[in-house]
Amino acid sequence: MTIQLVLTQLLNGLQFGVLLFLLAAGLTLVFGIMSFVNLAHGSLYMLGAYFAATAYEQSGNFGLALLAAIAGCVALGYALERAAISRLYGRDHLDHVLATFGLVLFFNEMARIVWGPQPYFLPLPAAFESTVDLLGISYPSYRFAIIVTGLAVAVGAYLLMHKTRLGMLIRAGAVNPAMVAALGVDIKLLNAILFSLGAALAGLAGVMAGPIMSIQSGMGEPVLITALVVIVIGGIGSVSGAFYAALIVGVADTLGRAFLPTLLRELASRDVANAAGPALASMLVYLLMAVVLALRPQGLFPAGRTR
Amino acid sequence: MTIWIALKRPAMLVPALLLAGLALVPCVATAVDQPFYIVFFARILVYAIAASALNVALGFGGMVSLGHALFLGIGAYSVAIPAFYGIDNGWVHLAVCIAACALVGLLTGAVSLRTTGIGFIMITLAFAQMGYFVFVSLKQFGGDDGTPITATSRFFGQDLGQPLTVYAVAFAVLCLVIWWSARLRAAPFGMVLRGARQNPRRINAIGLQAKRYQLAAYVMSAVLCGIAGMLLANLTAFASPATLGWVVSGDLIVMIVLGGIGTVFGPLLGALAFLGAEELLKSVTEYWQAVFGLVIFLVALLRTAGLAGLLERLSPHGLVASGDSASAQPTPPAGGTRQVHPEANPYPVAGGGA
Repeated sequence: MTIQLVLTQLLNGLQFGVLLFLLAAGLTLVFGIMSFVNLAHGSLYMLGAYFAATAYEQSGNFGLALLAAIAGCVALGYALERAAISRLYGRDHLDHVLATFGLVLFFNEMARIVWGPQPYFLPLPAAFESTVDLLGISYPSYRFAIIVTGLAVAVGAYLLMHKTRLGMLIRAGAVNPAMVAALGVDIKLLNAILFSLGAALAGLAGVMAGPIMSIQSGMGEPVLITALVVIVIGGIGSVSGAFYAALIVGVADTLGRAFLPTLLRELASRDVANAAGPALASMLVYLLMAVVLALRPQGLFPAGRTR
Repeated sequence: MTIWIALKRPAMLVPALLLAGLALVPCVATAVDQPFYIVFFARILVYAIAASALNVALGFGGMVSLGHALFLGIGAYSVAIPAFYGIDNGWVHLAVCIAACALVGLLTGAVSLRTTGIGFIMITLAFAQMGYFVFVSLKQFGGDDGTPITATSRFFGQDLGQPLTVYAVAFAVLCLVIWWSARLRAAPFGMVLRGARQNPRRINAIGLQAKRYQLAAYVMSAVLCGIAGMLLANLTAFASPATLGWVVSGDLIVMIVLGGIGTVFGPLLGALAFLGAEELLKSVTEYWQAVFGLVIFLVALLRTAGLAGLLERLSPHGLVASGDSASAQPTPPAGGTRQVHPEANPYPVAGGGA
């Protein structure tokens, strides 16, 4: 176990964490302001990847594919919010779960109808096929680009939330939506914008994940569930909490999978380690969540909500 | 006498006729030589048991668990793992199943109940996912692909792997579960549980600890769901991590809502409607899930009181003091902005005593 290996895995963890943040940010925003549980968020991630793959097939240009995917997800997110989601805001969480569960089944099947059951592949953009030299290790430049993009989005989200009028309204809406509406703000439009913003981030995550995973129907749910773990750990409704928790979960998951089986082999007999190692590694994130909840049910970095 | 009066109401008559029909399925299927129907309806019975189990937590207790497939899976593997080592004694399987589900239910329930609302949904989902990945990574039991069960459970020399046997047992268990949940619903325990769903603070204020009742209900629900998993494993002679998939948890919730949340017969009606519609749609189109997804969305949007609610509406009121009347029907929430009083919401998620 060399220091290079640890560093590489740390970067991989960071890259996974950043992807998780892109999904978790949208989820936690939509929950924070609208108190809405959106299981269909993973479908937007999946469709972002599919849109990009199709646009890339047509144009051969990764930049265009990226734009197409984000535009597609924003349009879809807006339509979805207006046509379906907005009708459910006043309901309880059970209705949210049920409705978006139905939407997940619908979108997964539609993806199978439109793009077929076989997985799609999105090639690496030509500019990012090489590796970069980081602290003496060579790291794939595409994965490095994901980390940079994710961090840039995090900074952008911070600026949006704290330095713009829209961000101010979003924060105010999270605290007291009725009051914001009473002050003359079009809360419906605000909700639609917010939902589309979340959809854009999910689409972006889908495009960026495209070249490193296979694109297929149902690809959204595993990562969505991990993103749910992230927002529970981070404190539901808090964007900065989602950011820190995403990095913690991403790094813990990657390092756990990479090193836990070997570490166990040092401690226990080979048979036990071979059986328990991978199981424990895949449980790690959930154990982390259970510990956080047992100690701090409100999450590590809860949003300062007055409710 | 009262039972005959009760049977005049569609809300009782239809489920009673359905149960009678289900009792006849093996005879009819054998007579027309279509053993497929025994397996198909056995699956419905098993899912009706699982949905009834979830109904205790979700319907009575208001705990929206999106992770009950975890217990279905544990039940299935508590047959598969002993069978892998050549143990076919059903009592051993049952003991393993009950112990494992109770333990896991107690641990996950104790942690999950520290949160309320959306947190509870996500945590139960995450725990089920954790179980899923544990069984995926257990390569010696088939890992991702699952494992065929060579030694199905044996009770008193009877092999539960036989379709007829498992059908009979599932039918008996379902009847017991329906009877038990009707009793539970009206018992002091059930009253406290339903009270905790509506307003945990008041339950705490009258000196009862809402969380304890909720945890007890969650564990009972887990064990019952595990028994359904055990029957499922015997029916299919197979255990796979897919049983723990989050879609299965979602399906169980859909069955309950479709049938009538918090009612005694709702889970049975829901399981029948859900699996029946699935089978029908499958025969019409390969892409049945797209249609099904939209139907589920509409069910949530229209917020019906389920099939049991529909039957209730057909029944004249005031005839019999049935435990299932009006109180079982959720009134539509007051819509609009978020509720001020907890009472405004008929089904607040997983109560917290804060």
